Order: sequence, then structure tokens, then C-alpha cells
Amino acid sequence: MLGTHGVLGMTLLLLIEQFLNGMQFGVFLFLISAGLTLVLGIMNVVNLAHGSLYMLGAYFASTFFGLTGSLIVSLVLMIPVMLLVGILIELVVLRTLYERDHMDQVLATFGLILFFNELVRIIWGVEAQPLTLPMWLSGNVEILPDAPYPVYRLVIIGVGMAVAAGLFWMITKTRMGMLIRAGASNRPMVGALGINIRFLYTMVFGLGAVFAGLAGLMAAPLQSVESGIGEDMLIFAFVVIVIGGIGSIRGALVASLIIGIFETVGRSILPVLMLEIVDSEAAQTAGPALASMLVYILMAVILFFKPQGLFPARTG
Amino acid sequence: MLSKLKLSILIGSFLILAALPMVAESEMIDEPFYIDLMARVMIFSIAAMSLDFILGYGAMISFGHALYLGLGTYAVGIMAHYELTNGWMQLLVCISGTAFIAFILGLISLRTSGIYFIMITFALAQMFYFLGISLEAFGGDDGLPIDTRSEFFSFFDLNETWNMYYLILGTLVVAALVLWKIINSRFGMVVRGSHSNDARMQAIGFPTFKYRLAAFVIAGVVCGLAGFLLGNLTEFLTPEYMHWFRSGELMIMVMVGGMGTLFGPLFGAFAYLMMEDFLANFTEYWQFYFGPILILLVLFAKQGLWGMLPGKEDISDE
Repeated sequence: MLGTHGVLGMTLLLLIEQFLNGMQFGVFLFLISAGLTLVLGIMNVVNLAHGSLYMLGAYFASTFFGLTGSLIVSLVLMIPVMLLVGILIELVVLRTLYERDHMDQVLATFGLILFFNELVRIIWGVEAQPLTLPMWLSGNVEILPDAPYPVYRLVIIGVGMAVAAGLFWMITKTRMGMLIRAGASNRPMVGALGINIRFLYTMVFGLGAVFAGLAGLMAAPLQSVESGIGEDMLIFAFVVIVIGGIGSIRGALVASLIIGIFETVGRSILPVLMLEIVDSEAAQTAGPALASMLVYILMAVILFFKPQGLFPARTG
Repeated sequence: MLSKLKLSILIGSFLILAALPMVAESEMIDEPFYIDLMARVMIFSIAAMSLDFILGYGAMISFGHALYLGLGTYAVGIMAHYELTNGWMQLLVCISGTAFIAFILGLISLRTSGIYFIMITFALAQMFYFLGISLEAFGGDDGLPIDTRSEFFSFFDLNETWNMYYLILGTLVVAALVLWKIINSRFGMVVRGSHSNDARMQAIGFPTFKYRLAAFVIAGVVCGLAGFLLGNLTEFLTPEYMHWFRSGELMIMVMVGGMGTLFGPLFGAFAYLMMEDFLANFTEYWQFYFGPILILLVLFAKQGLWGMLPGKEDISDE
């Protein structure tokens, strides 16, 4: 017999589960937007092709996993490859765009997207690439009594938090982080002090590529790996950066989690909630429609009160 | 004023466009396909021109302009779906609808500038794209056929290819003239002034936000009209037209034609659609080639086709 208490309990469990799913999605968003926000904040470059790095990460992951059968080995192989890809993109295309206006940057990196989307179709074909989880990651754990939750999703949350912590440490405590922050406030001055700022940019870009690739690798078992998957993430990453404030790692983390949770919980709860409030026919249309707009409405509201985002970077 | 060369190219192009249906359907050529192709080119010309109006003159880099193209098709499509086929009524809904949405989105996005503005216009347009996908009543992501074209006069049936074509050509000419007038008016001066130095414009007493918002709405409405025509021409409603990819394409047309030259995008739209057609005929993976071409164009041919012509475009700029 399910009493009122039982139904409530079920709803609560569902909510917790969706909340964790939201955190996990937020982690992906953070990994992608962390690199993007650094590039935007420090180099003042709009890079639409950042989503392509996520896509490439997922493709590399599926290939390496197919070859080696180990997710860990795939990860170890992917990091230098993505670093190299990032450095190459920076050297060949991005570097020529630093002095250009935003319009040029948008168009040129749009060209990069077209190129990469087609490139993966040429190399890997049009079918989605498979990547099934290894045994040790595919189980469930009981987070609460009678509430199983996939281990893998918890691992993703853990890895994401670890990366966030590492990044904070790097930005605030290391010499490279100090240079990054200095470069964001006053580029010519850092250059004048004898720092090789071009090299610094290249490294930051490579680092961003590795993070995006890591997100792609972790997402590969959860979604189908196809051409164009990066762009959906790019849109969310833009929303995250706008909300969090350009150039702010802290903002990116907070905004990623907010967006991830809002998007996931909203999508599952809102249609149900709408059915409760209004009559069913209207709700069936309005529920999913509203759920798909929720994140953007949130962005608009936050921007209305804080046009510079939640954590505006200290300098322009 | 335009230079003599530019003026003659422009008038010549419009004359060619006006003569095209007769030539294409003549016995010698007999390729009615060209009428449809050029009709599409002209619709995208209108859309690209409206984008250039805010992008080139007002420095508002909207990366979601295709939204208004989609809204225009939705205005026609949804009303036709409910058998409201009166063209004037559809036009009214299309204009007021796009104006309203452009106004709201402008209020939000124009509070910001630079990179923020690009990302916000991008995200807000995608919001409507996802909304379109979730509207199952109007076909979701499959879209919906538009059964009846807009009905204006009994003697002017849009099902006739020529009528449709000349309606589009007429709209293009009128839109070009109106936008040209606006750019060279006092209003246009203020918008262009806020492009070069917004702070200074405000300091001498212009509420530039209002001017920029008005320009943003005008551009949205003109692009909505292009969507109105597109819906009628293709007889299909789909969220696809609102996708950010389309917005990117519109930006490419503006750049290829020449940013900040109102008439450049007309040729940019032509060049882009022809280039796409050519590459797609030549290879299945046309974007693989077009991507690098685009990067090279941005780096080395920024002034665009129109900009390469000799003669200064503008009346007032130095």
C-alpha cells in the first residue's frame, strides 16, 4: 500500500536522482565552459569551435577505447592528443584573430566548426560511434536505502569537482595562474615584463582543449557520439559564461551547476507540475515548451539584474 | 551618395532580376528552376541586408538574426494552419509579432555589449529554436507544410510563379530603399554615431539605447518579412530556419558582400548561395572545403565584394 507518505517519498527520491543528474550535467558544462571562459577572459577571443573540441574528445575516446578496451588508458592517450589539437588550432587559426574584431572571430571559428563537423564524418563516417562502459563502472550504488544510482554518474561528478579544485589551485596559487590573471588584467604590461605571453596563450588554449576533451570522453558512454554534438553543449556553455561572468572560473562553476540542475530538474518536473496546475491538454503542449525555455528565461532574469553576470571579472 | 559605378551595377542587377522570369521561361533557355533559385537568393538578400543594418551600421553583432526569418515563416504557417489565409492579416501578425519579440529580446540583449551581446543573441535565438521543436502542434522538428499561400488580391494569386517572384523582388527593392533612407536620416546618424563612440553620443545628449533598440526592432521586422516570403515560397514551416547555423550563414552573406555597405549583402547572399550550390555539387563534404575558405575570406577579403569596388559608399563618413 502506498500512502501519501509513500508517494511523497517516491517524489523525493525522484527529485534527488534528478538533482544528481543535474550535477553531472553541470560538471560537463563546467569542463567545457572553464576553458572557454579563460580564453574569452584572457585572450578576448570568441571561439565558437570550442564545442568541436568536446566532440573531438568524444570521438578520440571511442577510438582509443575500441583499440585498448580501457577507459583509463583512453584518458591517458586523449590528454596529449587534445593538448596537441588545441595547440595546433591556436597556432594556425586563433593566433591570427587576437587583433581582429569579434565579428571576424565569430566567422572564422564558425568556419572551424564546419571543417571539424565534416572532418569527423570523413574520418569516422556518419554513424554514431559506440562506447559501452566497462563492467567496473556500469553498476549502481545505493545512495539512500532502496535508491540505486549509476556509479558512473557519481564518478563524473567526482572527477569534475576534482578538476575544478585543481583549476582553482592553479589559478590562485601557481606562477602560471598568476600570469594568467595578470594577462587578463593587462596584457601589454605582462609582455613588457618579459613574459612570453604568446606561449602562455597557447598553453591556456591547449588546457581548455584538454578540459573540453575530458568532458567529451566522459560523455561518450552516455550519449551517441556524432558529428555536431559539440554545438548543443556550446550553447549551454555560452549561457553558463554569460551568467557566471566572462573570465571567472568561480562563476563558471556556480553557473554550470545552476544551469545543469535547472535544465535537468526542470525538464523532468515542470511537465508534471503543469499537469497539476492547468487542464491536461494545454499542459501537454505548454509543459515541454516551457521546460525547453527555462534555462534561457533564467539567463534573461539574471542578466536583467546583473548585466555583467554573477561574478564579474575584476577587470575589463 | 553611391559612386556612379556602384549605382550602375545596382540598377543593372535589379534590371536583370526583373527580366529573369521572362528569360528563364523563354524557349531558348527554358529553365524555370532559375526563377525559384533567384527568389530564394532575393529572400536571403533581404534577411542579410536587415542584419547588416544593425551589424554593419550599429555594431550590434547579432548572432541570432535567423530567428526573425523563422518567426516570419511561423506567422504564415500557423495562421494558414488555422485557415486564416488573408495575406494582409498575416502580414499584420508577422510585423507586429516580430516587432514585439525583437523589442523584448532587444531590451534584454542591448543591456550588454561586445562578446556578451553575441552570446546572448545566440542563446535567445536558440531558445526559440528549441521552443519550435517542442511545439508538437506545429510539427515539432519535422515542420509543417503550409497548404495555402497568403491571399492578397483576387487578381494577384501567389500560386502563380511570376506573382510570387515579383512580390519578392518588389519587397527587396522597397526594403533596400527604406533602409537606405533610414541609414542616411538623422536617426541613422545617431545609430552610426553610437557605433563609432557610444559614450560620446550619450555625452552629447542622445539616449542611444532607445535608438539602438529601435534599429534592432526595424532589423527584426525586415527579416521577419523575409521569413514571411520564405514561408510562402517554400510552403513549409520548420524550426530549421531559426537554427543558429542559419544565423551564421546570414553573417557570412553580410561579410562576403561587405559589412557596413547596405547593398553589399545582396551580392553576398547571391555569392554564398551559389558557392554552396557549387561546392555541394562537387563534393558531399562541401563544408570541409567551405570552412577553410571562410577562414581565408575573413583573414584576407574582409572588405567583401561590394567593398572591393572603387568609390566610397557613404555620404558622411570622412
